[in-house]
Amino acid sequence: MRRIIPCFDVNNGRVVKGVSFVELRDAGDPVELAKIYEREGADELVFLDITASSDDRATVYDMVAATADQVFIPFTVGGGIRSVTDMKIMLELGAEKVSINTSAIQTPELISDGAYRFGSQAIVVAIDARRVPDEPGTWEVYTHGGRNPTGMDAVEWAKEAVSRGAGELLVTSMDTDGHRKGYDLGMLRAISEAVTVPVIASGGAGGPEHMARALTDGAADAVLAASIFHFGTYSIRQVKEHLAAEGIPVRLDPRHV
Amino acid sequence: MSKSVVIVDYGAGNIRSVARAVAHVDGAPVVSADPDDIDRAEALILPGVGAAADTMENLRSRRVIGPVLEYIAAGRPFLGVCMGLQALLDWSEENGGTDCLGVLPGRILRFSSEGRKVPHMGWNTVEWTREHAIAEGIPTGSAFYFVHSYHPTVDDASLALGMTEYGVTFPSAVGRDNVVATQFHPEKSGEVGLKLYSNFLQWARSAAFVSFAGAGTGS
Repeated sequence: MRRIIPCFDVNNGRVVKGVSFVELRDAGDPVELAKIYEREGADELVFLDITASSDDRATVYDMVAATADQVFIPFTVGGGIRSVTDMKIMLELGAEKVSINTSAIQTPELISDGAYRFGSQAIVVAIDARRVPDEPGTWEVYTHGGRNPTGMDAVEWAKEAVSRGAGELLVTSMDTDGHRKGYDLGMLRAISEAVTVPVIASGGAGGPEHMARALTDGAADAVLAASIFHFGTYSIRQVKEHLAAEGIPVRLDPRHV
Repeated sequence: MSKSVVIVDYGAGNIRSVARAVAHVDGAPVVSADPDDIDRAEALILPGVGAAADTMENLRSRRVIGPVLEYIAAGRPFLGVCMGLQALLDWSEENGGTDCLGVLPGRILRFSSEGRKVPHMGWNTVEWTREHAIAEGIPTGSAFYFVHSYHPTVDDASLALGMTEYGVTFPSAVGRDNVVATQFHPEKSGEVGLKLYSNFLQWARSAAFVSFAGAGTGS
């Protein structure tokens, strides 16, 4: 089954980037939002901690524990995870998986150490990449939230991450991210075809049709989106019904089919 | 001390998740490896994730195998989850062959990786194959969350409660008398998963258990 994954940016334990739900008492409460998405049919959730100070991890720990207490679908936590100890804390607090990005590039052993210790299924490697101008079919990996070019080829890095034990790749196009005009299908397909693990498409969702294309033409196993869900442009159920109508296998509550 | 729902504490990675789900539907369970707690349990849950050899070794080193087998043999309500299902069968192909508890006749085999990604990770459907209290109110074809590289097989098809297809069709829920077990993770399966825990506890407290008392399922 293909998965639909809402993503939250979290700063100091609070969801940022204007989430607007009428039913919400507190639009910044990650737990309350997570519960709504769980009820709507989200298959998993991703929390990306963007807290600037790495000193204050307590707020994100509290958030992860509170989410695990009340949300009963798998969720992934990324941002600020730089060691096996950081991974262990998140997984013990109740995250199903941890996502690493810049730290995996700086210290690739972190992937293998984490996979050895917790199993590949718990280790997601996030890859932010951008098209290389004048070199069609080539994408360069960026770190630090898309700010710093690495000179690394995204497909090669994807293969290395998987050979080191990544259980899943979260692939974001810095070109399409935020534009709501669709995912970078070429990059998704190039990476999906190069690896044996699930690829989560990220960056550019403007509607259900974009998600359908990522799951078919892009060969992705899952699609991640933030703003179209948070702004209420589409509900998760609407997206899933659209995908199901296109013959893409998704989890729909049998009581509503 | 009143009777409690006890989750066997032997270092398995999903103990907290299982405890949270049970707490959500039923109030706080006891997480313990103490034989007295297991003996006093009104319902016992064996969680588990990871490799077969590790699971068996951890069960041995925490000295819970005896108390768990005695509890099961006494016909009392038992739920195994993921490795907690696999541990109940006779043998696993994992780690070069691992002997398991032999409570139910069956073996654990590796998924063939042809055309399928292994581990089998994510949501997949369960088709109930016979009526059981744990499936009450959960429509056949409901999706549950799976994470595993090895799958159960059972010698006696009537042990299966539900089947799942992933390259092969395998029993994803099994049960006999007082014992039920799921390969999937109800604690990560949203509403239907919580319903399954609540069904199990309701069943555990129901009159059904009179008939199992003393019957024993150990072999």
